[in-house]
Amino acid sequence: MGMAADTADNGVVLAADGRPLKDSLNRALRKNRMRAVMLVAPLLLFVLFSFLIPIFNMTLRSVDNWHVGTLMPATTAALATWDGKDIPEESVFAALVVDLQAGAKSRQIGKVGTRLNYEKSGMRSMITSSARKSKKLTSGPYKAKVLKMHKKWKDLETWTVIKRNTAPYTVGYYLNALDMKYDKTGEIVMQPENRRIYGKLFWRTFAISLAITMICVVLAYPISFLLATLPLRYSNLLMIFVLLPFWTSLLVRTTAWIAMLQSQGVLNDLFVFFGFVDDQNRLQLIHNLTGTIIAMTHILLPFMVLPLYSVMKTIPPTYMRAALSLGANPFVAFVRVYMPQTLSGIGAGSVLVFILSIGYYITPALVGGTDGTLISNQIAYHMQSSLNWGLAGALGALLLASVLALYFLYNKIVGIDNMKLG
Amino acid sequence: MALPSYAGPLETTWYYAFRLICACIFIFLITPILVIIPLSFNVEPYFTFTQGMLTFDADAYSLRWYEDFLSNTQWTHSVKNSFIIAIASTILATILGTLAALGLSNSNMPYRSLAMGLLISPMIVPLIISAAGMYFFYSNIGLDQTFLGIILAHTTLGTPFVVITVTATLVGFDHSLTRASANLGANPTTTFFKVIMPLILPGVISGALFAFITSFDEVVVVLFLAGFDQRTIPRQMWSGIREQISPTILAVATILVMISIALLATLELLRRRSERMRGMSPG
Repeated sequence: MGMAADTADNGVVLAADGRPLKDSLNRALRKNRMRAVMLVAPLLLFVLFSFLIPIFNMTLRSVDNWHVGTLMPATTAALATWDGKDIPEESVFAALVVDLQAGAKSRQIGKVGTRLNYEKSGMRSMITSSARKSKKLTSGPYKAKVLKMHKKWKDLETWTVIKRNTAPYTVGYYLNALDMKYDKTGEIVMQPENRRIYGKLFWRTFAISLAITMICVVLAYPISFLLATLPLRYSNLLMIFVLLPFWTSLLVRTTAWIAMLQSQGVLNDLFVFFGFVDDQNRLQLIHNLTGTIIAMTHILLPFMVLPLYSVMKTIPPTYMRAALSLGANPFVAFVRVYMPQTLSGIGAGSVLVFILSIGYYITPALVGGTDGTLISNQIAYHMQSSLNWGLAGALGALLLASVLALYFLYNKIVGIDNMKLG
Repeated sequence: MALPSYAGPLETTWYYAFRLICACIFIFLITPILVIIPLSFNVEPYFTFTQGMLTFDADAYSLRWYEDFLSNTQWTHSVKNSFIIAIASTILATILGTLAALGLSNSNMPYRSLAMGLLISPMIVPLIISAAGMYFFYSNIGLDQTFLGIILAHTTLGTPFVVITVTATLVGFDHSLTRASANLGANPTTTFFKVIMPLILPGVISGALFAFITSFDEVVVVLFLAGFDQRTIPRQMWSGIREQISPTILAVATILVMISIALLATLELLRRRSERMRGMSPG
């Protein structure tokens, strides 16, 4: 076999080493593919363990309901056959006393109380005080003694709530995040009007994000147009006005807006100096919705300008000239010939700005006051202050779902491969 | 887009009105950043211009907030922490991200777009969700309130930028160069350092810069994961704004603006270099 591409008796083309060429090529392809996979694998594993699994675990917390089942195992077993029509039998009360005594001893019973309190307020104090008193109970029958410990044990609803939460998973946090709850009989109903906070908050987050996105389009369009049509040596200089804010620390820009907008700040000083407002009635521009919108628009504007600019840069000026020479007036030519060509840029920038703003945390937390905060701030509150991690998980999962939906939209419009940075 | 000589009065008015509108928007973009620079030299502990500053009285200006910044151990500590964390996570993110980008730009990579989507995801997911997830995870494995935990978390957040910029550089990469190198007897390592690396270097550096600034500027994850000893500059500014508002943070802000100007200049130089190199390679 001296030739590189010999042919065997059955007509199969052979490579230099005598193997069929097809096998050789396949082997090379497999090797190539393996090499690609091996290059991607370290990062993929790293992101999987340090990011994807933690995020998934966090969303699992929104349905996890281990408290009652784990910390009150006897009651859970005894309630399995309870029909829910009337206060349970003595056997359930006996089991309850066992669990309360064990929980009081291990000091874990408070967790059950806290968990049940999310479903029905007042349950925490009932559980903890009963657990304390249960230490004195030494012999049955327990039913009458427990009913005397706390009047809520006579409520059928108490037992409905406990029974419902013996299940290892719950939709309770999601109901809470969607302003719904279980009523006395266990039916799912809307919260009363004055307690619907998260629905309003989601709605407000969407509305503020939409407003910021629209303001960004309006502000970015003219300057992108100017940047795209000016000669390069001018536009490169003007580009600094967009890129410098883009590269400046988020906290620096937020600090700057505090200096600009506070009541003794630069803008108010100017207004007073020019006599627009009285020194006594300085405008409240910060720690409210106005502050959030102004600061976030400033922070996100470069994310609108950059994609818009890169689309406008590719539009040849000849189309506009053709429209004008065919007799369209400049306004009509602009709206009907130029603008449709920039739609992809508007779409890309809008989705990007919208995605970034619905998940925003830092700026609203610092300049938002009470009416300028977003859903992220509420998640942080439940993570750090109220420690209701299940509700934080449910709110986070809902936010994540909307961001992922928008991301797929972005991917459809632009394609993640075409994302441009800087 | 100069004004044509045949323009009528309406067009002339619009031409200048349009430029005026654009000027206002540019002023909106740049003013807040410029305003903090003189304010950081205020002798009074205010966030506002005093009468003396407006009349350019030399006594109204001072370097006291810069002195305060340099003499306050909390601040100097946070500068050190920020650099340790940002440099370590940039190195990790750049190595992992560049390798992954090389694999992703190979057309034989199976499930390419899925892998890309997963690798980009830390950039898409809102920071508060990432921070909450990482908080539980790193607490469970005992890495909360450690430098290692924050470095790993910041590495995760920085890698998408490296992947995106390096992949973008590799789009114009001529793969026959690596074949030529292999053909001339170079082993894969030599090929990587002598042929591939010099060509994708601008992408790698700009990705590294993005990773650096992501870590350097990041505060949400730090809020959740860092203890007192790991406080970074943004974390220190955060409590500066929330708790004791002092113009020291304006001095810090001014220094950070100077750093971003330096970064911006570096990126611009890289872009020009990259364009020059593209121009050299055939096709």
